[in-house]
Amino acid sequence: MIHEHGLECRDLLGNLSEFIDGGLDDETCEKLRSHMSGCENCRLVFDTTTRTIYLYQTVANETALPEDVRGRLFNTLKLDDLIKPTRRAHES
Amino acid sequence: METVAEFSLELLRAGDRVEFARLVESFSVSIYRLALQMLGNQQDAEDVLQITFVKAFQHLGEFEGRSSLSTWLYRVATNEALMLMRRKDASVSLDEEKSDDEGDSFQPHELADWTKLPEGDLLDVEARTQLEKAIRSLPVRLRAVFLMRDIEGLSIRDTGEALGLTETAVKTRLLRARLQLREKLSAYFGERLRQENKK
Repeated sequence: MIHEHGLECRDLLGNLSEFIDGGLDDETCEKLRSHMSGCENCRLVFDTTTRTIYLYQTVANETALPEDVRGRLFNTLKLDDLIKPTRRAHES
Repeated sequence: METVAEFSLELLRAGDRVEFARLVESFSVSIYRLALQMLGNQQDAEDVLQITFVKAFQHLGEFEGRSSLSTWLYRVATNEALMLMRRKDASVSLDEEKSDDEGDSFQPHELADWTKLPEGDLLDVEARTQLEKAIRSLPVRLRAVFLMRDIEGLSIRDTGEALGLTETAVKTRLLRARLQLREKLSAYFGERLRQENKK
């Protein structure tokens, strides 16, 4: 399905990133919100874009530095004596 | 993404090992994550991580403090990741391409409302594979901006400094990266939604 974009739809798309990041003035935000309340496709693009970012952030937050990689890093930097135990290693 | 403690530039420039170890502790996860997402390979990510901090230690004396320490580290890491990528594919570049001009006319085509799918479905093993596949398919000039801005939480300005881009270029590429990822995920989750509805 291809959404035929009118002027306001183009405005939303052009401002989408700054709208998501909270970088727009109140008046522009209100205009975009008002447009989305009557334009299902634009609301959908906004919702799915924010959800896309959220999913990548959630997965990234789970990324840890593997213990062996951390150990080799401190070894390469000759900082072995200053390596702190990670919480997991500390608990075990 | 995370709050980073302040560091003493004076101690770092003087080669203080304790302060440098503190810097490594604070940034190693972020640098590793960035390299892993840029390169998609754990060994390459580890190489970039090590080279970044070796270079940081060697060149901290020259760090003028015009950008933040984190931005400087991200810049070193990105340059190393790009060099590694170029060794495998000489055409890899952060530079603009003709297709960049088409960015503002990018139109969303996939309009399935998959946001109501349960979080367990959105983040299951199959979905994670698709997330990985989608980001790896982004051109590196878009991927780097998305990772810096949306994953590592750098400001538009700092992202520009780290990648040697103007703020306008960062904004254009960020929008394009977000919309392209959205499009790819919408195609995948939309299909899953249709399968769910058939049941």
